[in-house]
Parts: sequence; C-alpha cells; structure tokens
Amino acid sequence: MTSSPARAARNARRFVAPSVLPGFGLTFGYTLFYLGLIVLFPLAMLIWRASDLGASGFMRIMTEPRVTAALQTTFTLSFYAAVIDLVFGLIVAWVLTRYSFPFRRVIDAFVDLPFALPTAVAGISLAALYAPIGWFGAPLAEMGIKIAYTRWGILVALVFIGLPFVVRTVQPIISELEIELEEASATLGASRFQTIFNVLLPPLLPALLTGFALAFARAIGEYGSVIFIAGNIAYVSEIAPLLIVIKLEQYDFAGATGIAAIMLAISFAALLAINLIQAWSRRRFGHV
Amino acid sequence: MPQQGFSIRIDGVEQDFGDFPALRDVSLDIQPGELVALLGPSGSGKTTLLRVIAGLNAPDRGSVYFDGEDATNLAVQDRRVGFVFQNYALFKHMTVADNIAYGLRVRPRRQRPSSADITARVEELLRFVQLEGLGKRFPAQLSGGQRQRVALARALAIEPRVLLLDEPFGALDARVRKDLRRWLREVHKETGLTTVFVTHDQDEAMELADRVVVLNQGRVEQIGTPAELYDKPASSFVISFVGEAVALPVTVTDGHVNFAGRELHIDTHGLRSGPARVFFRPADIAVATGGDAELEGRVESLRRTPAGVRATIAIDGFDQTLEIESPVETAATLGDKVPLSLTKARIFPAEANGFDHIADGI
Repeated sequence: MTSSPARAARNARRFVAPSVLPGFGLTFGYTLFYLGLIVLFPLAMLIWRASDLGASGFMRIMTEPRVTAALQTTFTLSFYAAVIDLVFGLIVAWVLTRYSFPFRRVIDAFVDLPFALPTAVAGISLAALYAPIGWFGAPLAEMGIKIAYTRWGILVALVFIGLPFVVRTVQPIISELEIELEEASATLGASRFQTIFNVLLPPLLPALLTGFALAFARAIGEYGSVIFIAGNIAYVSEIAPLLIVIKLEQYDFAGATGIAAIMLAISFAALLAINLIQAWSRRRFGHV
Repeated sequence: MPQQGFSIRIDGVEQDFGDFPALRDVSLDIQPGELVALLGPSGSGKTTLLRVIAGLNAPDRGSVYFDGEDATNLAVQDRRVGFVFQNYALFKHMTVADNIAYGLRVRPRRQRPSSADITARVEELLRFVQLEGLGKRFPAQLSGGQRQRVALARALAIEPRVLLLDEPFGALDARVRKDLRRWLREVHKETGLTTVFVTHDQDEAMELADRVVVLNQGRVEQIGTPAELYDKPASSFVISFVGEAVALPVTVTDGHVNFAGRELHIDTHGLRSGPARVFFRPADIAVATGGDAELEGRVESLRRTPAGVRATIAIDGFDQTLEIESPVETAATLGDKVPLSLTKARIFPAEANGFDHIADGI
C-alpha cells in the first residue's frame, strides 16, 4: 500500500469511479473515435461544403419557395406520422405483450418487417395498393379519396416505416408493468380510464417519447418508400430528401448541401427538444 | 381509527381455469371484525378465493355476500375492498403520499374529499403505519417492509369494508416477518376491520388468525380455530399439513387396527375395514414404561439436547425413522430395541382425498 500524495493526486484526477472491468480509457477512446469518424466527420464535411454558399447563398436557398415547401412537407408529415405511430404503436405493443393468442409470435415478427424491407420495395407495394387502380386505391377513389400521388400517400409511407420504432421501444416497458398495478387501481375505485391515464401511461411516457423521436427522425430522412407513392409534385408532395437528390442530379452540390444543412439543423433542434422533455419526464415519472 | 367490520359469506363458490378446478364448492362465513387465514399449499385455491372475495375473479358458480348483501356481480371498483397484493403493486411513479391518496383522488368529484382533507388523511395514515415523514419518497427508495406498509395504508385510505391480504409476508425476510406479524395483529385490533389473509405458512396462520380455513385442491378441508385444527383435525390432509405428523400405514379389520403384525389400541370410530393410516404427532409417541408397548423400534442415533436425549428410532415394519425426545434417565443406548407407545393418535381411511399427495412429503 503506497498511499503517497502522488497516488492521491492521481485518484483526484480521475473522472470515472474505479470499476471491476478495466479498459475505460480504451473503450472511451474508441467511442470518441467511432463517433468522430462515422458520425461527426461526415456531418462536418456537410457543413464545410455548405459553408461555400455563404450567408447570402443560404438565405437564397432558405427562401426558395420550392425548398420551403419541401421542408414543410417533410417535417409536418413526419410529425403527424410519428404521432399516428405513437398511438397505434402503443396499442400494437400492448396487445402483443399483454395478451396471448394463437400466432402471437408470428404477428410479433411482422412488426419488424418495415425495418427489414428495402424501402423501395415498401414504396412500390404501397404505391401499387393505393394507386387509383390498386386494391385500396380503387374503392377509395370511388369515394373521391385520393391517397397515392398526394401528401396522404407520403403520410401512409411514413406511418408504415415508423411503426416498429414505437412498438419495439415500448414493448419491454409494458412487459415490466405488473397486471397487479391495474388490479390495485381498480380495487381502489379507479375507473378504467383513470387506470390507463394515472397508472399505466406515466411509466410508459419516457419509452413512448423515445419511440416517437425515433419514428420522427426516421421519417425525416425517409426517401425510398416515399418517392414511389408521393407523386413528387413540386410544392405539393415533394419531400426535402428528394429535392436534395434532384439538386445533386443537376450538379448543384452547394444547393444540395445547403438544404441538407438546414434539415440537419432542424432535426437536431427537434431531437434536442424531445430529449429535454424525456429527461424531464424521467425525473418526473422515472422511478420505475 | 376504528372502522366498521362487515361480514362476508361465501356460498357454493366454484371456479375453473380451463380443465383445472381452482375452487370446488367453497362455502364459508366470516364474522364482522374477524381475522381469518386462508391456509393451503400452492395450487390449493387460496389466492383464487381471496380474489373472488375482492371481485378480481368472477366465480363460475356461487355467490359472495357482504353484510348479507349479494356482491357477486358488484364490480371491483364498487366493492370497497382493501386489497394488499403480494408484490405490493405500488405505483412506482408516484410518491408514497400520492400512492396513499390515489383511492381518494380517483373518486367522482362529488364524493371526493377536499385536497386539504386528503392531505390530512394521508398524514394520519402515514402516522398509523409508522412512516411519518416518508410521504415524499418514491417506493423504490423504501425497504420491503416499508413498501408493505405503504400498500396497507393505500388500501385503508378508501375506508374499505373488508381488508384482504395476499401472502402479506411472503416476500420478506424472516426477521421482518416476525415484526410485521405482531404489527398486523395490532392493525387488525385498531381498525376492527374484517380481515382475510392468504398464507402457505401454517405458523403464520396459527399465530395470527382467529380462525383458519384450510384449503386443499380447491376444497375447504376444515374451518376452525387454531386449537380445533391441532386437536380435532377433520382429515388426514389437515393433520399432515398443520403441524408435524407421522403417518403409519395400517389395516382395519372389524374395529381392530393392525400395523405390521401388531395391534394398535386406537378407537376406529366405526371406520370400515380396509387400509387406513394412523397419524400421530412426534410429541405423542414415547418410550413405553410399562408393558403397554404397541410398537417396537431400534435406536439408530442419539443426540444430547438441553432437556434430554433426542433419539432417532426406526420403527419395525416402517420405512421411516422418527425422532423422540426423552428424559435422560429413560434413554436407551445405540442399537437397542425399545418399546414405544402412542399417547394420542388419529386414524383416517387411506383413500381420503388429498392424502397421497401429502404422504409423499413426510
């Protein structure tokens, strides 16, 4: 035992508690390196390329009506899609976790299909279904409702790809909620709605927010499944990622990176906001 | 805070889970203010019966009455039962105080006490369960025993008509269990509530309850005070489950009890001829002093205890050994044959329901 001042100083310098498993330095270094190389470096490249535009160039892109229309389409529809996924994902997760019925595991596996399917395949199938001559599209068209080649089509595609994010994040938390909690609430005189809103939803809130954030983020970046069903009409059903591709095809690299940088900024702000709400809700309801 | 006790009557309740009959024709009367234990091995239907009383399970047949009023079809929400779950089922995202106040806050606006009244009631209950000052904690920050008491306070907050506890001490360590046992007795005395608790621990049931309901395979085997269960067990199951008992396989012929070629002097109470079992407590067999030996055994081991000598004895014609405590003077030496006599024994027909199941465990 050498409890020298040098050792004391060394211990004081440490900013992690000693642990049984060694290798903090190595793994932390790897984490920084990995995040830097795979995530931050490409994003820095994007900003650097976009900075060629200068402030005036940015202003020009941001005020371009077609760009603002596309950004608005992407972000509002992604938001609505994530909200829809939140509601229905919760119901799906609840049913798959709480009840046992024949083929539950098979149905459970279906949830992951949007994860695994190449997005173009999803887009083509959705377009075929919802086209005016498709199985869903034809009867809807008779009622005067048009889904494919409108903003509704985009919404359908975004809801489709976002669902598993909510289901998979909420499922483990639901399985941790004991049935006795519902029963305790009932014996104390609470109605079914009171039980759902006071006892079941609060512990699920952090997971629901995570699922919402993931579905929202995925929807913002979604390209493959949307372009087949959207019709891609400028000012109406054109999403921002498509506009970036169009700009690239026209060799307008600065324009493309400009839109990308704007998307990055908005996405980052949105995810930060969701994370802050989440941190708050964990503090408030997180004693689970 | 004395509350009024309600009587509970259970009449011919049956419940099946698929092919498995969880409760078979269960009837019992619980007096106002009584403390009753439902005792039985796992799978005996005791928790199911408790849940039927609470309204968490709807029985397939039969009725439940609270104070003479048919409550069979009354929803859980309207039954006003205080139910303490085995795992406490506390709302983890709420503070202790919010947990206790929950049952009052969810009441319809017109019946809901003012928020000042709720706060006062929560304080009163926290004092009652000796958790004063812990109202702002979350359940995760409490010990098992403290959580148990929060669950009880939460159940008492709604001024229940009856208090139901499912394995109230199941999840706690032995020392805390002992304390809580005494404490639950006090709670029962102070509240005056009709209280029913489920346990598989016969010591717990015997120590706490006014009356014990012994359940086995969905049937009531016996209902009685602890003394009645010890002294007048109604079935072979009860004598084996409540307290230690040794079972000797015997045959009955015309009122004579025969064990391995010896006759035992036991009143058969008109038991018909055929195979039967004689049950006796380890305390009810002793080394015979006169010539009245009914059994003979060989001393297999001897151990000194503060009071005397504990001998392990193999009875002739019986494949199990039993331990007999005797004063030092009468103690035999190792390998001796000793005469044994039964001071008290009970006989039940061998085919009695539930017997075989228990005999395995002896």
